[in-house]
Amino acid sequence: MPHENKRNNLMELMICVAAHQLEDGKTAVIGTGIPLAAAMLAQKTTAPNLIVLFEAGSVAPQLIKLPISVADSYTQTGCLIHGSMNEIMEACQRGIVDYTFLGCAQIDMYGNINTSLIGTDYQKPKARLPGSGGANDLASFCWRTLIITPHDKRRFAPKLDFVTTPGYLTGPGARERAGLPPGTGPYKVITTLAVIGFHPESKRMCVESLHPGVTKEDVRASTGFELLFVEPLATTPEPTDEELRILREEVDPQGLLIGK
Amino acid sequence: MSDPLNFPQEELFSSPDVNAAREFFKHKSRARTNKLMSVSDAVSRFVHDGDYLASGGFGGVRISTAILHEIVRQRKKKLGMSGHTATHDFQILAAGKCFDRCDIAYVVGLEMRGLSPNARRMMESGEVRVTEWSNATLGWRYKAAVMGIPFLPARSILGTDVFKHSAAKEIVCPFTGQKLAAIPALFPDVGIIHVHRADVSGNAQIDGISIADYDVARASKRLIVTTERIVSTDEIRRDPSKTIAPYWLTDAVCHVPYGSYPGNMPYEYYSDEAHLAEWLDAERDQTTLDAFLNKYIFGTKDFEEYLALKGGEKRMAELRALEPLRRKS
Repeated sequence: MPHENKRNNLMELMICVAAHQLEDGKTAVIGTGIPLAAAMLAQKTTAPNLIVLFEAGSVAPQLIKLPISVADSYTQTGCLIHGSMNEIMEACQRGIVDYTFLGCAQIDMYGNINTSLIGTDYQKPKARLPGSGGANDLASFCWRTLIITPHDKRRFAPKLDFVTTPGYLTGPGARERAGLPPGTGPYKVITTLAVIGFHPESKRMCVESLHPGVTKEDVRASTGFELLFVEPLATTPEPTDEELRILREEVDPQGLLIGK
Repeated sequence: MSDPLNFPQEELFSSPDVNAAREFFKHKSRARTNKLMSVSDAVSRFVHDGDYLASGGFGGVRISTAILHEIVRQRKKKLGMSGHTATHDFQILAAGKCFDRCDIAYVVGLEMRGLSPNARRMMESGEVRVTEWSNATLGWRYKAAVMGIPFLPARSILGTDVFKHSAAKEIVCPFTGQKLAAIPALFPDVGIIHVHRADVSGNAQIDGISIADYDVARASKRLIVTTERIVSTDEIRRDPSKTIAPYWLTDAVCHVPYGSYPGNMPYEYYSDEAHLAEWLDAERDQTTLDAFLNKYIFGTKDFEEYLALKGGEKRMAELRALEPLRRKS
């Protein structure tokens, strides 16, 4: 299991790993919470020219604090355009948005996500969850979809009760056959145990690095389907002192995500 | 084998018949009259049992709370609901059991604040007929209506259970052969938006992001506008780039300062997280929810009384101080 060392906690590690995925000078539609903390950290470290968009309409704000809603005032501080949801979604569909960053309730080996319901009766589900929101659209349109999630057997499921958001659907070529824009799809899944990519041919989840203290067996035991592993398997790099300082002092000084 | 992607899906709750919509808009009054009225009058005149409703803003940001409360207070029933990032607005109407059908893009969730237990109970009861969409496709349903066309093609929801449980159809582009989802136009019976300023004839202006309000205002057959301030038409004309709806679209104008409370109103006041948490806590069972609704909605005669219960001007001043975009006065 991941060791919570004295230097940084698991949430801090995940946010730093997530920040590393975002290249400078790219565009990203970002949701609140961990994805936004990662984007803010990236802007303050390796990606100062990362362009942040919010699905409710704010374009390229200068972020001063973590917002609660993707529409609230903190998404609009110093923005370039007071846009609309259409403006953002149309930009994504047009192909000018590089990244999106999602969470999930359930995910399968092709990176398909369920955030709609648990159960088999659509009109009377066992548990009703929020639904797509913008996730289906963003994962259909953006070039690279990043997913950040706790890693456990219930979430990493062999079969989803409902495919809300497309990963690679049923495997290679399935997205294109369905009519989704070619060249898009899930890119990385950042979990509490590992960083997972997708195998270039099979499009199946393939573990790229394990967080410090985590073993292959830990990851297998927490996953409801067969995972692939790259060889040699890396260890997820620990956050640097500078990253931790910026994360704690500038990105999340109240400890809303990373704790006190 | 029949095409598995075009089997009969879920119900289409409103007709995308653009000629019927044209006929309605042909007869909609263009008169520039004084439409200022109370929230109670606006709801009793323009929201009827069975109507299909679209709420502007973004769930807990720039929503028309006063109208939503009044819909509950007047015990409107069997409404249709556009669940376009519906969060606190959805929570209010679910508490009043006001709707019996819902187009879902985002419901029962409250973004970072969690899930509404009462809205979940309602949506898990089987009593609400539902059809699935996404934020972009439900937004483009308004946009098709705004354009006066029966559908727009889109490249999302394809290949997923959202498509299977939507009422979209798969089509092939006549120019490129590309597969597309045909997203049917949505003409709500009534749209409700909250704005920063409006004149008494219904010219309405928004500061900050517009979310889907431009389209809600134009797609809806009737439009209720609540506003933080009533201003002169001259003031509207001073910055027309901010106008979200011209007067001939608007049926009612209600002056409701702090009208998005407990939601955030960008440039005016921030959300009241303590009261939103109180809502969530009250929803743990029907008894506590009933007591909460009796106190804040059924037990108050209007929105002003509700604000007074929540600390009135003193609390509102605190929320103004929390607003990062507020104007220095």
